[in-house]
Amino acid sequence: MRTVWILAKRELAGYFATPVAYVFLFFYLILMGFLTFYIGGFYERSMADLQPFFSLHPWLYLFLIPAISMRLWAEERRSGTIELLMTLPVTLGQAVAGKFLAAWLFSGIALVLTFPMWITVNFLGNPDNGVIVASYIGSFLLAGSYLALGSFLSAITKNQVIAFVLTFVAGLVLVLAGTPVLLEPAGMFLPDVLVDSLRSLSFLTHMNAIGSGVIEVRSLAFFGSLIAASLAACVVTLDLKKGT
Amino acid sequence: MIEIHNLTKDFGTLRAVDGITFTVKKGEVLGFLGPNGAGKSTTMKMVAGFLAPTSGTAKVAGHDIEKEPIAAKSKLGYLPEGAPAYSDMTPAAFLDFVASIRGLSGDHKAKRIAAVVSQVHLDQVLHQPIETLSKGFKRRVGLAQALVHDPEALVLDEPTDGLDPNQKHEVRALIRTMAPTKAIVLSTHILEEVEAVCTRAIIIARGRVLFDGTPSDLAGRGPLDQVFRKITSGDRVAVS
Repeated sequence: MRTVWILAKRELAGYFATPVAYVFLFFYLILMGFLTFYIGGFYERSMADLQPFFSLHPWLYLFLIPAISMRLWAEERRSGTIELLMTLPVTLGQAVAGKFLAAWLFSGIALVLTFPMWITVNFLGNPDNGVIVASYIGSFLLAGSYLALGSFLSAITKNQVIAFVLTFVAGLVLVLAGTPVLLEPAGMFLPDVLVDSLRSLSFLTHMNAIGSGVIEVRSLAFFGSLIAASLAACVVTLDLKKGT
Repeated sequence: MIEIHNLTKDFGTLRAVDGITFTVKKGEVLGFLGPNGAGKSTTMKMVAGFLAPTSGTAKVAGHDIEKEPIAAKSKLGYLPEGAPAYSDMTPAAFLDFVASIRGLSGDHKAKRIAAVVSQVHLDQVLHQPIETLSKGFKRRVGLAQALVHDPEALVLDEPTDGLDPNQKHEVRALIRTMAPTKAIVLSTHILEEVEAVCTRAIIIARGRVLFDGTPSDLAGRGPLDQVFRKITSGDRVAVS
């Protein structure tokens, strides 16, 4: 555990050692704010809640999460530091967990910095703060699952751009799995059972459920197993590819 | 301290390392020589636990690198080829990270970092990002991280590559001072280096050991570069 934490701390410090973290946080907050007010129609709805804000998260994460996760392993393999890391007394599991944890904490920091939205909505009216807390937790879990998937896809390649595109496409499929875009054509030739399981694989389905203020066990299980499976796949991939 | 038995590595159909066996005891400095692509780095990567051998075993301080990787890696200091390091960190932060991962803490950690920093003369660049450093300083950062936990066994892949003559001289002097208390394996292209620092030399080509003896044995056969060419160009009759 101590080792995982040392690895995570180094990775997290790495984000802030260069302008990357600050540029990322700046645009994250600008985009979140701008889109909530202009696309989400925050004022026009005349309701004191953060639903327009949280419903944007799955879509914004499509761009923001791959930007965090693309360098996790691709950069390590390209620069050769993976050889250094893997010859320290560290297991692959610890290394994968440490780097993932750093990325997840970073996305958590970005999320926490959106607190002015929460203050604003409480200033304007009486929102259901329970729903808002649940939605924040949901958004954090969504970020974590997507980052875990991204860290696996980043281990596949030495090229950060390829890692970004792969992660974006994987995320897009997982978001669209809950919309008519994918569900309608699927419904034409798949039995209902499979269409329902497709829907239950979607980020949107679980985010909508959490958005109503209830964090269901099956949503937790979904995010938890996606994280575990992605990180396990990441370990296996690195073991096969580290020397190449 | 470092025991390698029948170590073999295949990449697809290519046999990069073909049944290499040797042992390095405390106090020995083994010079690993060979043309490019001979399998020097691949052998060292296997000893360090980065690549898994196709067959054969490697042990560091009695710990098998495959069966007890963490114990073996804890006893070993390793300088990978090209001395990779996290380029956005400073040497100070980087050495602190490696020392922490290697289980050092508190006063002991601070003392060890200060000791290696003065051993390889990093004082003046301690707080500059590694990516801004010259090749020579980067190499020394790599050496410092390999030494920070004062390991019993050292594997150095081309430790003097990219250094100027003065720096080369310093690194060789450093290796000589450490030699009595450690088992050291180093690879090099520079034949004189073997005479300067090594107690033993191994020449490999195409993954096989072609010569194993003392540097003076090697020197006794004639001018070093001619002997090297003769041995590595396949004239194995001349080799005992």
